[in-house]
Amino acid sequence: MTTNQLMFVIFSAVIIIFSILTVTSRRILRAATYLLFVLVATAGLYFLLQFNFLAAIQLTLYVGGIVVLIIFSILLTSHLGDKLEAPGWKKTVPALFVAVFGAVMCTITILQYNFPMEVITGSDRTKIREISYSLVSTEKFGYALPFEVISILLLASMIGAIILAKKRKD
Amino acid sequence: MDFSIYDFTSFNQGIDKFFFENLTPFWATVVEMTIIGLVFLIFYALVALFLIYAERKVCAFMQNRVGPNRVGPYGFFQLIADFIKLMLKEVIPIKNADKFLFNLAPFIVVIASFMAMAAIPFAKGLHAVDLDIGILYVIAVSSMGVIGILLAGWSSNNKYSLIGAMRSGAMIVSYELSVGLSLITIIILSGTMQFSAIVEGQANGWFIFKGHIPALIAFVIFLISSTAEANRGPFDLAEAESELTAGFHTEYSGIKFALFYMCEYMNMFIVSSIAATVFLGGWMPFHIGGCDGFNHIMDFIPPFIWYLGKTFFLVWVMMWFKWTFPRLRIDQVLTLEWKYLLPINLVNILFMAFIVLMGWHF
Repeated sequence: MTTNQLMFVIFSAVIIIFSILTVTSRRILRAATYLLFVLVATAGLYFLLQFNFLAAIQLTLYVGGIVVLIIFSILLTSHLGDKLEAPGWKKTVPALFVAVFGAVMCTITILQYNFPMEVITGSDRTKIREISYSLVSTEKFGYALPFEVISILLLASMIGAIILAKKRKD
Repeated sequence: MDFSIYDFTSFNQGIDKFFFENLTPFWATVVEMTIIGLVFLIFYALVALFLIYAERKVCAFMQNRVGPNRVGPYGFFQLIADFIKLMLKEVIPIKNADKFLFNLAPFIVVIASFMAMAAIPFAKGLHAVDLDIGILYVIAVSSMGVIGILLAGWSSNNKYSLIGAMRSGAMIVSYELSVGLSLITIIILSGTMQFSAIVEGQANGWFIFKGHIPALIAFVIFLISSTAEANRGPFDLAEAESELTAGFHTEYSGIKFALFYMCEYMNMFIVSSIAATVFLGGWMPFHIGGCDGFNHIMDFIPPFIWYLGKTFFLVWVMMWFKWTFPRLRIDQVLTLEWKYLLPINLVNILFMAFIVLMGWHF
């Protein structure tokens, strides 16, 4: 076993174990912490594949942004002693059914799809310069339009948030 | 394997070659990782200890006192005594606390600062990893630290801790923006995010001089917002010992308190070394473009002396801040960020982009 395979096994084990713990934990802040481990391990996988840019974005957005936001809202709303009650069988059985159905669907799709084996060598697979150019280019494989649309969506939601926050005051 | 204090590249490659020739690739990687980890651990502990001593001395000088002066020459062994005391002290278990998160929180803070340190170039060829996204990586991993503070505050089951954690959460999330944007200003000038390339780009003048006024503004904003990021005074609202006992680490004792305490100083060291690398040239000696004779004299001072000198100068500036300014209120902190620093920063980036576009920089 090479070091890369060993690291892959460790990261995958962390992702699987903590994903299960995230959804089964009865304490909400612990669930958020387990989610943090899952996201960090995913970033580790990206680093292993040498997609450094993607890994750093994963860390900034999900770990530094979304998990902090989740923890922040939990801090504001719940107490230390709070425990979610165990769901009854009316909820467990359909959830189990959906989970098994989804898992079978995914497995079948993955097994049927013939992954093209392409070995890319070299250390810099993620050229930030190229990513940045394609983000603002209007040519083929350019993302100028989606970029602008998302910017407008963000602006709209920011204005909406400000208006909502202001209304409550007076 | 030739060793030179001016260039560590061949030294590191020699060690690397030695291990890969004598061991299987798997074990060579494991051994190298262990060595690097141990070196960083020792460095981490030594720098933190030294900074704690330095802070006590600097604080004493600012307040017209002597500071520690009993144990050893100039009180230098005081910190070793304190260290042993902290190591041997009882770790008091907290009733009604979330034990798992309570024990986990200090480690998240330590890991975040430890990961950030991996990307810092200490001298030519002397860095753990030289990623092509260096600056982005440091911003990414240092954003993890706040999670440790939030968890520590919540899981202690103490109202002071919770208030401290909430304040620090609101503050760090806001000031991360300013840190990121002021670094982006310099990325525009340098055209790269790789730390080694950024340092090489300052061979004919540091970026703070090459970038005219925008670089200077970015430097000042970086200093202010990174002081807030490191939870240092005048932004030490998370701790605020006169209002919240000790804020988020009120309930911590013994070695776990020591971890938080060490982290505060290491974060200060890390942000100072990033400021030194990005704005003041890192290990690059003081060069003036064109004056070859002068540059050559400066080259005789080894790179890591330059690096440490700049970093400790900035650390000293941050200590100066702490003992000069009174602590801000939380609303003042947020006003400063959102109403002043952020708009100035955005205009500053435009200004810098314009200068680079016109080719007005040196």
